[in-house]
Order: sequence, then structure tokens, then C-alpha cells
Amino acid sequence: MGLEIAFWLLAVVGILAALGVVLLRNVFRAALSLVLCFLVVAGIYVTLSADFLAVVQVLIYVGAISVLIILAIMLTRDVQLGSLSNKLRIPALFVAILFLGAVGFATINTLWPVSGVSPVMPTTEALALKLFGEGGFILPVEIAAVLLLAAILGAIVLVREK
Amino acid sequence: MSIGLEHYLILSAILFSIGLYGALAKRNAIIILMSIELMLNAVNIAMVAFSRYIVPLLLTGQVFAIFIIVVAAAEAAVGLAIILAIYRGRETIDATKIDLMKW
Repeated sequence: MGLEIAFWLLAVVGILAALGVVLLRNVFRAALSLVLCFLVVAGIYVTLSADFLAVVQVLIYVGAISVLIILAIMLTRDVQLGSLSNKLRIPALFVAILFLGAVGFATINTLWPVSGVSPVMPTTEALALKLFGEGGFILPVEIAAVLLLAAILGAIVLVREK
Repeated sequence: MSIGLEHYLILSAILFSIGLYGALAKRNAIIILMSIELMLNAVNIAMVAFSRYIVPLLLTGQVFAIFIIVVAAAEAAVGLAIILAIYRGRETIDATKIDLMKW
């Protein structure tokens, strides 16, 4: 029962916050709405018993990426123009609704092979075994390290004063 | 009615559609980047929901979600750096006015 109340509350707040990101006129308020949406997604992870991912979501998205986005808004002076739409607004709305309809139709009409097993509860140890253990994802982990290094170097090179 | 896999998938599809609309219809490049982050988060919800309901003991979906978060962080850093570099050169981040490579 508690899980259901939590899910519906999080879903409603999350959808309203996501609508705020695309509908609010003020760019800074849209960014704050995005932070709220990230927090809601962390809550959704908790209801899915993914505790480690919820903490990672708060640390990386709410902590780091939102600060980056707000810093970029502060450094560019297009804020007073507000968040305008281009002339593709109506086709974009049509495409989004079409996509939502297609995915919703497919989701409802598919018979998912849902397993009744209760999930692993402290997921940290199981995830670590999955990532670093025998036959796990150790090669992607190393590639992710190289990707992050390349991204940091690329960002520094792009914003450096000549 | 108890909460099942479908609820999470529909929620994920709604968030993805909102992000899709924002990425297609907005002029401010930072708002477009924010919409893309929204879409990546929606995909993560779907991944974790599949992991929780279909293979609860394998956790593969959560591992994929971790890699998506890594790629999203790299994308945000490089994307915002590109936006700042464009702003320095052209004094605007309006995506309809950044048309140097359009024919």
C-alpha cells in the first residue's frame, strides 16, 4: 500500500516537473524544475528497490549535472529572452504524442514474462560483483574510464581561452 | 490495483515524450540539452523497471543504467562546453540561429 502511494505521488510530481522543464518561460526556473525531476527519478529507483542507483542519481544528477547546467545558464546571457519555441512546435507535439501512443499501446498489449521472485535488497555488493567479478562487465568499466577522461579533456580544450 | 511493470513503463514513456517534445521544439540550446537529460532519465527508469520485474536476481538492467549515467555525464560536460564555445564566438545560443553548417 505504501509503495503504491509513493509511486503515484512520485509519478504525478515527476510528470509535472518534466512539463515545467519544457513549458516554463524562465530558463532558470526550468533548470530548477529539472532538478526536481531528477530527485523524483531517484525516488522511483527507491520504489524499484535499486538503492545504489538512487544514491548515484542524487550524487551525479542532482549534485553535478544540475550545477553544470545552472552554471552554463549563468554564463550565457540568453536568459532574459526566456525559453522560446521554434516554428516546429506543432509537428514536435504531434511526434511526441504519436510516440507516446505507440509505446503505450505496445506496453499494454505485450504479455511481459514478469518473475515473482523478490529482488536482491542491498544491491551494492551484487552490483560490484556484476561490474568487477568473473565474467562481468570489467571491459566496459575500463572503457567508461577512458570515455570520461576524453570528455574532460575535450571540455577543457573547448572552453580554454586561446 | 497494485503497481506493476506497465506503470513504470508508461511513466517512462511519458517522461521520454516530454523530453522529445522539448528537444525538437525549443530554441535555447541549454533547454535542448536539459530535454535530452530528461530522455536519458526516462530510459533509465525503463531499464531499472525491467531489471526489477523480469530478472530480479541478475541486475543487468541496473548495470546498463550505471553506464547510461556515465555517458550522460560525459555528454553534459562536452555539450555544455560546446554551447559555451559557440556563445563566445557568436553571442547567441539560439539553435535556429546557429546555422553555419546548414546549406
